[in-house]
Amino acid sequence: MAEPRPVLEMAGIVKEFPGVRALSDVDFRLFPGEIHALMGENGAGKSTLIKVLTGVYSLDGGTITLDGRSVRIASPLQAQQAGISTVYQEVNLCPNLSVAENIFIGREPTRMGRIQWKRLRREAAELVDRLGLDIDVSAPLSSYPLAVQQLVAIVRSLNTGAGDGEGPGTKVLILDEPTSSLDRDEVLQLFALMRRLKEEGVAILFVSHFLDQIYEVCDRMTVLRNGTLVGEHMVSDLDQVGLVQLMLGKAMGQLDELHEHQLRSDAGDTLVQADGLGRTGGIAPFDLEIRKGEVIGLAGLLGSGRTELARLLFGADQPDTGKVTIGGRRVSMSAPNDAIGAGVAFCSENRKSEGLVPDLTVRENIILALQASRGWTRPIPVAQRDELVAKYIKALDIRPANPEARVGQLSGGNQQKVLLARWLITQPKLLILDEPTRGIDIGAKAEIQKLVVSLSEEGMSVLYIAAELEEVLRLSHTIGVLRDRRLVAQIANGPEITTSRILETIASGEHQ
Amino acid sequence: MSATTQSPTASDSRTPSSSPSRAARLLGDRRLPVAVTALLFLLMYGGGLARYQYYGFAEPQVFLNLFIDNGYLLVAAVGVTFVILSGGIDLSVGSMIGFTTMFTAWLVERQGLPLLVVVPMALAVGAFGGFLMGYVIHNFEIQPFIVTLAGLFLFRGLCLVISKESISISDSTVSSMAQAQASLGVGFLSIGAIVSLVVLAVAFYVLHYTRFGRRVYAIGGNEQSAMLMGLPQGGTKIAVYTVSGFCSALAGLLFTLYIQSGDPLHATGMELDAIAAVVIGGTLLTGGSGYVLGTLFGVLVLGLIKSIIQFEGTLSSWWTKIATGVLLCTFILVQRFMTTRKKA
Repeated sequence: MAEPRPVLEMAGIVKEFPGVRALSDVDFRLFPGEIHALMGENGAGKSTLIKVLTGVYSLDGGTITLDGRSVRIASPLQAQQAGISTVYQEVNLCPNLSVAENIFIGREPTRMGRIQWKRLRREAAELVDRLGLDIDVSAPLSSYPLAVQQLVAIVRSLNTGAGDGEGPGTKVLILDEPTSSLDRDEVLQLFALMRRLKEEGVAILFVSHFLDQIYEVCDRMTVLRNGTLVGEHMVSDLDQVGLVQLMLGKAMGQLDELHEHQLRSDAGDTLVQADGLGRTGGIAPFDLEIRKGEVIGLAGLLGSGRTELARLLFGADQPDTGKVTIGGRRVSMSAPNDAIGAGVAFCSENRKSEGLVPDLTVRENIILALQASRGWTRPIPVAQRDELVAKYIKALDIRPANPEARVGQLSGGNQQKVLLARWLITQPKLLILDEPTRGIDIGAKAEIQKLVVSLSEEGMSVLYIAAELEEVLRLSHTIGVLRDRRLVAQIANGPEITTSRILETIASGEHQ
Repeated sequence: MSATTQSPTASDSRTPSSSPSRAARLLGDRRLPVAVTALLFLLMYGGGLARYQYYGFAEPQVFLNLFIDNGYLLVAAVGVTFVILSGGIDLSVGSMIGFTTMFTAWLVERQGLPLLVVVPMALAVGAFGGFLMGYVIHNFEIQPFIVTLAGLFLFRGLCLVISKESISISDSTVSSMAQAQASLGVGFLSIGAIVSLVVLAVAFYVLHYTRFGRRVYAIGGNEQSAMLMGLPQGGTKIAVYTVSGFCSALAGLLFTLYIQSGDPLHATGMELDAIAAVVIGGTLLTGGSGYVLGTLFGVLVLGLIKSIIQFEGTLSSWWTKIATGVLLCTFILVQRFMTTRKKA
């Protein structure tokens, strides 16, 4: 074999959680000077594999070999010392400290135990310059936007182990969804840096949901499915269709069904009528009519007021002008309880912080909203409860199909489904979905979109918010376009409506 | 998508080059709360000067007495500052001070041990007590509130195990140390005041110029991140409670020196004074933000309230508590305003 020796080899990796076998017998190898993509749906075990490698989780079976030597990695610190650095999806830095400190903390230059602040700032500024960033390293990290914080996290991880000669330098750099909060220019900046590191011989493990990015920058990929290894391929040998089929374990045709979905134009009676509803600092007053069984998609840039509009309709923020009638009755909307009582359900975009209770089981999380709407004095009979939970786990294909699994241990896509199940069980009349498909893979995305279609066919109204215009266009009967915190147009969907038409509307603020 | 108020063109506001504006930086500056407390102290002192000018308030010794009368509180509050900066809380401080007074008085008076032996023993016991609490907090992942509450009861109970009655100290070394004065020309400082200022200086150095100090801030800022950044957060947490235990014991020794007796009920509730001083000094109770210098001003403000009420003469000493309560409430509201302002 002409192949060089891999810098990292993981063999027969097993990781179990109570009720879940997250990884079974997974092999993985990484060569120096390559960018390697780790692919798989949500719940396939990507995050678990990374956490095992970085010492966040302990290993239940298998071996890790680094540079030909067998290693046991018990903590993130050990991983760093061994030359494995990680940048996580969420920025894991301390916002209260300065940029320079965040880059160096734990490895500050010291003389006789005294931190040399001047040297620290100077070196931090040099590192930041090398990346082409123009930021003040002595300012607190919290004063910069998330994208910059992400780049600082990368600067930090690159510098781990290097510098004062304590460590061997970074051999393996793990980038777990680093691009999800970056814009196109920042992504290019990141890719340029990745390529440079690759030339320096660093092995990079890259995880991203954006297939185009994988094909743009990666050399090799490993595909996981349901916690098992599907295969290792060179990126040039496998096209995107083939990759998706490997990830999903089914043929592409099944995904296309959705495109065939006929948009119904014969929507029913008015369900929700908002007149002049608005909130200062949130969104300018708007009129909106939602009919029974209608899917309304909201399109607009980040920060254009999509979420604010949804929150007003749910009573999560109090409107200062206008009124809402639901099913012919005026609803005061002074608190979410009013909206829930009128049959509105809201799936927040922050499923972690505003939706699920990670330490409760799938069953408890699903049943939460239904129990709340019944009141605490009328418990749901056990048999009925178990039946309901089983029904929704099956209907939404929540994996693992174990009602007793803790929600915190599920993958992002499955957590989203649990949140959906919670609201569906209360049988709402209007379902508000705020970015339900963000951060989840294509398979789960398609399932959630199919679900929206079938719910609409059953007569449920849906207010659908998504960053991807194609998604909005595919699902919606009517598209509401937002711009600068104003609902500028409502467009009836039809064959002649394209993403570029909507983009024009977003850009110009007018609908021709 | 969050409720951030950014300019309409999303790409503009995201360019890395955008530096925070000047006004935002001033408001976001973490030194601002300390400056506010220092200003408050100056205003109060100026007010005192104007009102009690002819009653001797202008004597430099009145100012120096603030350090003499509150030295032990300053030492305890410095320990608590470490704990609060790390995002924790220590309720055992008052009991630990009370216990140290009893322990010291008992060993010196009843057992006849020389002070030179007793002092390191008392400090070791305090540090070990703090270490144990830190160990339990970290290894069993229990809320610091509960663990140190247990410490509060435990050490207060141990006071009564030693003796149910107060033990006054007649040891000659103790009384000569208590009366020792370091002249500054315009006035004098006691040993307790000097020790407390040394502790303050050491704490400042440790927090700002050592890796340990920066880890305390990092953990207080985001413990999960600190762990993922590879910082030894467990050891740091245990060390923080050890520091607080040590400072409490040292405060107990200074208190013994100040009051020359041990009593099972000494320093009851002093942990709350210490926490109040830290918070008034601008340290966020959520951790990660604050300065030990702020704690100094917090202690001075509390001490000054006491002095002013003494000068007033007709007011009951309970007014001290009322004034402290009002101040604390105001400062927490100001902190709340500042942190929400920063997020917006």
